[in-house]
Amino acid sequence: MKIEIKKPTLSALQEDKEAVIGPWKMIWIRLRENKMALTGLIIMGVIIFISVFAPFLTPYDPYQYDFGITFQAPSMKHWLGTDEMGRDYLTRILYGGRISMQVGLFSVTVAIGLGALIGGISGYYGGWIDNILMRVGEVISSLPFMPFAITISAVLGARVKEEHKLYLIMIIIGTLSWPGLARLIRGQILSLREQEFMQAATALGISDRKKIVKHLLPNTYGYLIVNATLGMAGAIMSESALSFLGLGVAPPVPTWGNLILYARDMYTLMYRPWLWVPPGICIFLAVLSINLIGDALRDAVDPKSNR
Amino acid sequence: MLKYICRRLLHMIPVVIIMSICIFGIMKMAPGDGVGYNLSPKATPEQKVAERKRLGYDRPVYEQYLRWVGRTVQGDLGDSSIYKQPVSRIIRPFIWNSFKLNVVCFLFSYLISIPLGIICAVKQYSKWDNFWSVFSTFGISMPGFFFALLLIYLFSVKIPLFPINGMQTPGLNASGMTAALDQLNHMVLPAIVIVIGGLAGLLRYTRTSMLEVIKQDYIRTARSKGLKEKVVIYKHAFRNALIPIITMIGFEIPALFSGFVILETIFLWPGIGKILMDAIYRRDYNLVMALNLFFATLTLLGNLLADIGYAAVDPRIKVE
Repeated sequence: MKIEIKKPTLSALQEDKEAVIGPWKMIWIRLRENKMALTGLIIMGVIIFISVFAPFLTPYDPYQYDFGITFQAPSMKHWLGTDEMGRDYLTRILYGGRISMQVGLFSVTVAIGLGALIGGISGYYGGWIDNILMRVGEVISSLPFMPFAITISAVLGARVKEEHKLYLIMIIIGTLSWPGLARLIRGQILSLREQEFMQAATALGISDRKKIVKHLLPNTYGYLIVNATLGMAGAIMSESALSFLGLGVAPPVPTWGNLILYARDMYTLMYRPWLWVPPGICIFLAVLSINLIGDALRDAVDPKSNR
Repeated sequence: MLKYICRRLLHMIPVVIIMSICIFGIMKMAPGDGVGYNLSPKATPEQKVAERKRLGYDRPVYEQYLRWVGRTVQGDLGDSSIYKQPVSRIIRPFIWNSFKLNVVCFLFSYLISIPLGIICAVKQYSKWDNFWSVFSTFGISMPGFFFALLLIYLFSVKIPLFPINGMQTPGLNASGMTAALDQLNHMVLPAIVIVIGGLAGLLRYTRTSMLEVIKQDYIRTARSKGLKEKVVIYKHAFRNALIPIITMIGFEIPALFSGFVILETIFLWPGIGKILMDAIYRRDYNLVMALNLFFATLTLLGNLLADIGYAAVDPRIKVE
């Protein structure tokens, strides 16, 4: 006789009245049952693995030039050929992934940090502080993202060293993307602060800072995580677009965005597709996997949503 | 309603002020100033000082800001250093070029996404619905500039169906229908990128608003009256689902005058987005400032129209 061992599904766990499912476990189970999210997680896992272990996966150095072997077609030795300085292109893509993911991660951290903090303060204190912060948020969200990011990057980029441009891009993307989240968090805090546990916190004499950080914000983690995931997809996309225009991370540091820059040369666009198609596919896969995970997370965190 | 609009307008004043300070401040941080453009490279230091004085750069920053605001309000946006002409006169044809492209994309996105969204909602969780939801996730995840390059590679280089870039065939001295068709032909590739990129959002929006309507009690009533499913969906549900969509169309209208910076640059479409890139690369700060102001005004206008639209549909909405 065959004994089937089943992993607990959501419905099975709900039937079993004794089982206690915490909110995190609930989210994880919902996520596991979602095929799209699993696909996303697998793609993301591969990308993270490749980015982290890039130095062990390739024998070449991404900055080591060799003018004897420029613009070679893909071969057994150089799987994706070499670029205009004879650097191994596949190696550049692997290391480019590192930078692109880093920029995405840091920009999102800046955006989430600012959004949570400003939304928290705004919602908790209300009054004129709220008024000013929300007006500033409104201004930033009225500035159209791409034109303004391009302008700031061009203007401030001229004052920053080439190797520091990376950080400039992270800060630009981060500071332009917090208002949506701040408004969301503010709305949540407005209703949360009227609840009984906040009265208890006040009665215990807990400081405002602790009340916001330890008691109010943790109740909005669901929104923060969904926002961070989808925001990361947006940040990777923005970085690659800025770098593609030559206003983002500057060569020789490789990122997926500035590697596609080769396509702006008509000859490369027409006859050397291996020099611009692979990084584009990488961006697409990274953004796709994050979006798949983000969508599934949104549904897992908020069961009321329509999917 | 009038009271609401007035209050909403008053609400915008601080936003506009902070925004103008932001734009002015950022441009002031730009390296170099416009002094050299009207002078010969051999200008003496005295001439440079005189030019700085003429442009008002010797005054304190807040005075420069106030002068700039004063001039801008009167419609004087300064001279472009690339074109040696007033900015306000230069940007008009570029806005018009962007507008042409945007209108075509706008029409196609709505014509495709509204019926699709409705059908997806009616057949929720069917294969059709799942296909389009996967398709729209792919659409959102595709970087526009890479998609544009792929299309150029496939449909202009490998299979030469459409022109690689530009807005007109060079040297074509046509007018009327031929010229219009020629421009449409140049529009196909950028339009595909823009429509597919925007499709996902619209599709989801239509689908959700239709799903919300279908769940309502009056739809159940209509069904229990014995009405045909077609009548229930297309007569009773569809009309109500259209309300939020029409509101959204209203607030997209100002965006028709805006431009796609990256796509216009790739396809060399002489629109307002491409001119922003040119102005940035060539450090034409008056033009950059004017264009940013223009883009921001369009967004503010869009938000205003959206709020008024929502208030018109839902009388419960008020300005706090």
